[in-house]
Amino acid sequence: MLDVRKRSAASPAPPAEKAPRSRWSTWFDLKAVPYLLVSPYFILFSIFGLFPLGFTVWVSLHDWELAGDRKWIGLENYTELLQDGEFWNSVLNTVGMFVLATIPQLILALMLANALNKRMRLRLLYRLGVLVPMVTSVVAVAVVFGQLFARDYGFVNWLLRTDGLDWTADKWSSWTAISVMVDWRWTGYNALIYLAAMQAIPRDLYEAASIDGASARRQFWQITIPMLKPAIVFTTITSTIGGLSLFTEPVMFAQGDVGGGSLGQFQTVAMYMYESAFRHFEYGYASAVAWMLFMMILLVCFFSFVFTRRIGGDK
Amino acid sequence: MKANVLTRATLVVTLILSAFPIYWMFVVATRSNDVVGMIPPPMLPGGNLGANLERLFATEDANFVQGMINSAIVATTVTLSVVILSSLAGFAFAKLRFRGRDGLLLTVLITMMVPLQQMGIIPLYMMMVKFGWVGELKAVIMPFLVNAFGVFLMRQYAIQAVPDELIEAARVDGCSTLRIYWSVVLPAMRPAVAVLALFTFMQTWNEFIWPMAVLTQSNPTVQLSISALNSAYFQDYTLVFTGTALATVPLIAIFVLFGRQIIGGIMEGAVKA
Repeated sequence: MLDVRKRSAASPAPPAEKAPRSRWSTWFDLKAVPYLLVSPYFILFSIFGLFPLGFTVWVSLHDWELAGDRKWIGLENYTELLQDGEFWNSVLNTVGMFVLATIPQLILALMLANALNKRMRLRLLYRLGVLVPMVTSVVAVAVVFGQLFARDYGFVNWLLRTDGLDWTADKWSSWTAISVMVDWRWTGYNALIYLAAMQAIPRDLYEAASIDGASARRQFWQITIPMLKPAIVFTTITSTIGGLSLFTEPVMFAQGDVGGGSLGQFQTVAMYMYESAFRHFEYGYASAVAWMLFMMILLVCFFSFVFTRRIGGDK
Repeated sequence: MKANVLTRATLVVTLILSAFPIYWMFVVATRSNDVVGMIPPPMLPGGNLGANLERLFATEDANFVQGMINSAIVATTVTLSVVILSSLAGFAFAKLRFRGRDGLLLTVLITMMVPLQQMGIIPLYMMMVKFGWVGELKAVIMPFLVNAFGVFLMRQYAIQAVPDELIEAARVDGCSTLRIYWSVVLPAMRPAVAVLALFTFMQTWNEFIWPMAVLTQSNPTVQLSISALNSAYFQDYTLVFTGTALATVPLIAIFVLFGRQIIGGIMEGAVKA
């Protein structure tokens, strides 16, 4: 924090023989320059971040179409949305893939972190290895996985002896394939977060537990997991935000189509928003979808937060 | 605890699974379309990379070279801006006193939590239409010039990396605030600046939803080029994979050169992806 010895802003200018600066320029330097340093952030952020966010509400209360024709309709977009089967289908898909991807991902990450935490040679190599997926672009990943999961001559079908299975055709199969992509990309990243938290746990806790005769498994559940709680909360929140706004993987899985398969079997809410805005040009409706998505994220984040705090071992 | 055989085996399997899709991408990129239907699938690179690249560059509707150049321009500009503006603001929040500082910092923290970019995409698009920026690189640069996370990261780092005494001494010597930033603070923050730069570059290079909304295929970023290739020629695996592999090369180069710093950044809790 701030050093209390720091010269207060009102104190006299530096000795004149060293720095012949006027009173005014000193005042300017100490009082105004701090604001100048932070202002580019706030100006740009207000224009390109805050304003669009707030304006989304305004747009969502209109029947607002491409040409700029708009009519105030109050909450009609929202009431329509609540009865929209396609919207609920996208909610189901999003939540389904979120659960299917996130839970195994975080458990795997935890196991992986536990393994990485052991003493061994080539530590850096393993750590780099688990991070490799994160540096590739999502688009690239999705292209490769799309081919691996291809119906004809796909690698996965060859491996599983399921020749001719079209992974995009059904909910269960497309959700699985997309979840695999998501997990492939993010498990290593989460593992490194857990690993960092594990290394911060004081060693003598384990030593004391060993002396008391606690098994390795018991130590993991009674010491490691509770001590990892902040990291678990952090990864859950970031995975929730990422998972619920899932877009690129399913879009690429459908060869760039935002419809999410022939029957929308893997169309997410973000894709539905995109489709409403940039395919059907219903800006008002799409803005309502955006707000529903935002609410959904807040809600799920809240529940994940409460849930992870509990399993973290509040005993 | 020492690693036992099971742990080692787990890690080796993980390593293989992590690397395989990327390896496979390069294998296919170096082969001809005979790979389709080969049983078992080929595991070694072939000699067809040159021919594939030629075909890639000749595929006009993907506009691949333009995509690569555009992505390089966009990612470099955004990275420079984020690094400079974040370090300036972070320095001010960490080391300068001014009225309203804590309140302003709190707003930065709150906005860090919100997935703003997707939330505001529709008004943002309407703004771009109004400015006449649709289809231009400005549209994918301007909204990304700052981010809350960068400011926060720089502030956290500056607090512990720059001793107040150093700033004090510089002031006594008559340095202005900007001079202090340039000669004292920025050198001390180099490691954090490097991490922020790496992550910003990768993130911008990989950006997809917004470029897809606001750019056109005649002036794409590289991710859009891949997407176009993938939807038009998805039967032509080697062509698509060659493009994908080429677009991944810069990221792999960054990873090979700076992997250690990236891991350090994540493990210090510095990096949100």
